[in-house]
Amino acid sequence: MADKISILIVDDEDSVRDSLLNWFLEDGYEVEAAENAKKALQLLEERNFNIILADIKMPGMDGLELHRRIRSLNRETIVIIMTAFASVETAVQALKDGAFDYVTKPFDPDDLSHLIRNAASQIALRNENEALKERVTTLEEVDDIIGHSEAIVRVLQHIESVAQSNASVIITGESGTGKELVARAIHANSSRKYFPMISVHCGALTESLLESELFGHEKGAFTGATFNRKGRFEMADGGTIFLDEIATISPKMQIELLRVLETKSFVRVGGNREITSDFRVICATNRDLAAMVRNGTFREDLYYRLNVVNIDIPPLRERTDDIPLLVNHFIRKYCTSMSRDLITIEPSALKHLEKFEFPGNVRELENMIERAIVIGNGREIKLKDLPLGAETPENSVESLDELEKRHIEQILLKYNWNISRSARALSVDRVTLYNKIKKYDLRQKE
Amino acid sequence: MLSCGSFDRGFLKKVSGAVEDEYRCQVITEECHLDLSPYYNPARRQYDGDRLLNQIPACTTSEYFKIIGLFRVDLYIPILTYIFGQAILGRQLAIASVFRLRNELYGLKQDDDILLSRTIKEVIHELGHTFGLVHCHNLSCVMRSSTYAEEIDLKGAALCPSCRSIYLSNPTLP
Ligand SMILES: Nc1ncnc2c1ncn2[C@@H]1O[C@H](COP(=O)(O)OP(=O)(O)OP(=O)(O)O)[C@@H](O)[C@H]1O
Ligand SMILES: [Mg+2]
Ligand SMILES: [Zn+2]
Ligand SMILES: [Zn+2]
Repeated sequence: MADKISILIVDDEDSVRDSLLNWFLEDGYEVEAAENAKKALQLLEERNFNIILADIKMPGMDGLELHRRIRSLNRETIVIIMTAFASVETAVQALKDGAFDYVTKPFDPDDLSHLIRNAASQIALRNENEALKERVTTLEEVDDIIGHSEAIVRVLQHIESVAQSNASVIITGESGTGKELVARAIHANSSRKYFPMISVHCGALTESLLESELFGHEKGAFTGATFNRKGRFEMADGGTIFLDEIATISPKMQIELLRVLETKSFVRVGGNREITSDFRVICATNRDLAAMVRNGTFREDLYYRLNVVNIDIPPLRERTDDIPLLVNHFIRKYCTSMSRDLITIEPSALKHLEKFEFPGNVRELENMIERAIVIGNGREIKLKDLPLGAETPENSVESLDELEKRHIEQILLKYNWNISRSARALSVDRVTLYNKIKKYDLRQKE
Repeated sequence: MLSCGSFDRGFLKKVSGAVEDEYRCQVITEECHLDLSPYYNPARRQYDGDRLLNQIPACTTSEYFKIIGLFRVDLYIPILTYIFGQAILGRQLAIASVFRLRNELYGLKQDDDILLSRTIKEVIHELGHTFGLVHCHNLSCVMRSSTYAEEIDLKGAALCPSCRSIYLSNPTLP
């Protein structure tokens, strides 16, 4: 955003002005405050504000009158009325008079930030001129999608052409082909990138959990639920929701999902208030959804709503020219994260990799390289470091977990169990390291 | 860091260690036996965060560059229904509470690792404000604003490169 958005707070209570001033300053806005309507109008003679937050009840001129005066001065300013619970009716009057919205004191921090965000995005929309709309966009954050095969180039072009739109996308491909990676790239190249991409692993949740996960629940909906909980659709407001393994959702959820996609609104579990959310949907599946529609296990109407754009990622064995690039990429990635010198790969080992089938696709290749770096001689990956024989990685003697455990143990020992230094050496944060120590039940020997 | 409420020592150590790492500074943890009853608002069944923030300097006799009070109780300020914590931008003081960070309150399973990670992020975030940092749009930056507990989980525990360079160029740093 180019210029900072400016906000004027008008309220006769000191504590309200101070708190809001501090809140908006921390939020990165330019803020001023006035203790009554007269002072506010004086300020407005000198300069403009994008947003004015005015209390409805003030001695002298009240918020409604102030709003009318502001409207006669400048129609561009967004006015939000603050009201105590008792005077909601008057606030509704303000809405009829053209106020942007009203908030009831005390505010829920989440509602307040939402309200200001909505106002700010309206201002940004207004300011967005034609030149800005026409600017040439280059893809961002696709650097980590490695590959120069025709297939990958096509996927990248596809990402570029759909990112800016709001169209629903289904990403198809076998397990480990990089579906989530592509979803992130679409999000990062859309205008929604300042809002989160919220992932939901549909396959990992039971029907009742999925409902509360997606729609949230009102306080008291369950024992122990003292406060409301936002669902994933609500969290994705302004951003993207990524529904992974979409083929696994039950018929009942398919109906509910269709309804939400049509109305962009829903009700929290145990609640009755309609909540609206502006999200974009990206789904992923490794199943043939069209076939599921034909045999009746997936709703046709839902399928057509989700499948506006389909990006298919071919399996790795069909784009073997990407393998050398990927191998180098993963060597760099893991040598760096293990704080080791870069190593190379023996040509015959690479040859074998290029001929391997990779049922687990890129993820399997990635795991193989990581493992080879850990067990290898530290200079070159040899054929014997790669589990390419009859055995699959699953039944090889050393699992990745085991390797990770040993590596962490070694680093901890090296730094005498100094958590900060070990975490830095492992390039993870301390919380992650604590979690790993707990997971593997590692203990410092006396 | 003033611990106002009975916290597990290991927990405090992990929080202060994370702050030391992020800001490359020394963190001293002091226990504070402040009587909270004068700050309780029976109508709201919460504690007044504005008055507690102002009370923080009186809780210690030592001189510190920055002070953050860590609480267990539900905090509010008059204009907001709750706060996870607050700080005065570019000044010395901040407070934070673990109360609303607990999963159980949202009908989810208790999870001590999540609680620790949320607390670390909140403390680093509020201290960031005392260093003059404002909210950041970077999705993984600890200075991104979070207004509900699970939103904290979406961001990381570290300053993004741009916030870090603002922090390092802070003229008041000793
Ligand atoms: N083209 C690529 N370049 C670099 N890394 C890749 C590429 N494709 C996949 N990966 C890596 O492979 C791993 C698996 O990718 P991802 O999780 O996106 O796959 P997926 O298709 O979602 O798998 P699943 O169906 O099992 O969920 C990730 O670590 C990802 O970074
Ligand atoms: Mg995936
Ligand atoms: Zn903040
Ligand atoms: Zn930042």
